[in-house]
Amino acid sequence: MEKTINNKAWFMVLPVLALVAFSAVIPLMTVVNYSVQDTFGNNQFFWAGTEWFEELLASERFRDALVRNLIFSFSILAIEIPLGIFIALCMPRKGWGVPVCLVLMALPLLVPWNVVGTIWQVFGRADIGLLGYTLNNLGINYNYTQDPVAAWITVIVMDVWHWTSLVVLLCYAGLVSIPEAYYQAARIDGASKWAVFRYIQLPKMQRVLLIAVLLRFMDSFMIYTEPFVVTGGGPGNSTTFLSIDLVKMALGQFDLGPAAAMSLVYFLIILVFSYVFYTVMTNVGADKPQAKGE
Amino acid sequence: MSVVTEPQQSARSTGALPQGRVTGQSRLHLEKAKRPISERFTFLVPTLYIIFLMLPIYWLFNMSLKTNQEILSGFSLWPTNPTLANYMVIFTDPSWYSGYINSITYVVLNTVISVAVALPAAYAFSRYRFLGDKHLFFWLLTNRMAPPAVFALPFFQLYSSFGLIDTHIAVALAHCLFNVPLAVWILEGFMSGVPKEIDETAYIDGYSFPKFFVKIFMPLIASGIGVAAFFCFMFSWVELLIARTLTTTDAKPIAATMTRTVSASGLDWGVLAAAGVLTIIPGALVIWFVRNYIAKGFALGRV
Repeated sequence: MEKTINNKAWFMVLPVLALVAFSAVIPLMTVVNYSVQDTFGNNQFFWAGTEWFEELLASERFRDALVRNLIFSFSILAIEIPLGIFIALCMPRKGWGVPVCLVLMALPLLVPWNVVGTIWQVFGRADIGLLGYTLNNLGINYNYTQDPVAAWITVIVMDVWHWTSLVVLLCYAGLVSIPEAYYQAARIDGASKWAVFRYIQLPKMQRVLLIAVLLRFMDSFMIYTEPFVVTGGGPGNSTTFLSIDLVKMALGQFDLGPAAAMSLVYFLIILVFSYVFYTVMTNVGADKPQAKGE
Repeated sequence: MSVVTEPQQSARSTGALPQGRVTGQSRLHLEKAKRPISERFTFLVPTLYIIFLMLPIYWLFNMSLKTNQEILSGFSLWPTNPTLANYMVIFTDPSWYSGYINSITYVVLNTVISVAVALPAAYAFSRYRFLGDKHLFFWLLTNRMAPPAVFALPFFQLYSSFGLIDTHIAVALAHCLFNVPLAVWILEGFMSGVPKEIDETAYIDGYSFPKFFVKIFMPLIASGIGVAAFFCFMFSWVELLIARTLTTTDAKPIAATMTRTVSASGLDWGVLAAAGVLTIIPGALVIWFVRNYIAKGFALGRV
């Protein structure tokens, strides 16, 4: 759409600007302020320069949490994306099955995050949970509060349960937008199922898949509530991801300087990925006529 | 069984009935029969997936209908003596039901604020080019993507200095951090789908901008406003970290009430499960109306 150049449009953006400035810029400035200062209490601060950043980047605690978070993000992507594509391909395209599938699959997306944690905390318990009880009765020793491996599996399965539907729904939206003519052409050429997937469906899903990958990466990168409720970051520190560690440091121990430095580094990483996301959103598929809006 | 066999019979009977309504129908069935066996079982994949999704929710629901003794004493797949006692506890104990009232209060406040300020901004982004528009649009996105953990502590200090701690408006304003960008992006997606000629025609017809916006434009993007409001509601409803940090007693959300119960020693699993089931209900109620927009909402209006 041709847009008119009109700098008065700024007035329409002003309320948003004021509100987000209040809820984002001021808090971020506080963080920046803390990240370069030190305190002995009594509200007396003095300049610390880049001390906290140097300490942070050298600290094993931060590096471990970052590595854990990256492993977590990449493992859930490796499971959710192929699984989501597969389920979307198998979903019905017409009839009563479509709304039923959409509604039931979307349900986990709308469950409050702490309740997702509670559901899996209960579900995995060996004494009262269906999953834990069944596994232990099958002779598999499963206890997510003691065994780091079991804790990791629980957290990953929980995330797959919670978010695979998002990938499914996005891929499905991409699939139904493919005109029937493409499939007819493929049938005339005698294309195999794999060829149809590889040369018609996958290219047509490229945009939604990129969105799905980025959304899942970002959200898993800042995951807090669900693993916090299930494992509390334990056993030991085995499921302490970046957000859990940051909250522990900032609100638990009140280490303002290090926590602020960590916040900024964390935020910078997110910023880089946001930029990739933005570029994808505004550029990929922009050359083709993309049905925006309805 | 009869339902399954019926199509086959009608397919077989094509020879006997060469004409009429049946032919078109039976041709469809014949086509279906020609498909390879593997394709006839594709319905199994979504079915199994949905069972996997429903099992944990069923388990929570199952527990909510049991007494605490029944939960702890034995293992059963369904409640032997279904009881609504757990739900009664929540509806009669103020420390439980006030959690729901608090949550709904700040969530509704937040939804109203977010959509109200996002509407003009989204219109500006979808219709005009102005100085720094792309940077601004990107900056909004970074706030949607910002980890709440980063903001928990500064929010606490900011709202303390305004004396707003433990008020509903504090949580509503704090949740604007991610909901305003969300609403702007979703609404911009919907508004860009409305042709610009409509605006121009309305101006030629003598409509002033506010009148045009309310009388003509808003009805056109009514579904978009609904979707944006739904997602603001949802994301504010599911958020816990910021809501818990900013409240102590008077505005404490239901989610925080639940975590408190988890950390206490004498766990009442039945009540906890009932509270969990009740938090799923708002989403489950409206899900039917937004079923075609869920992917769109999560993808910030870009699908």
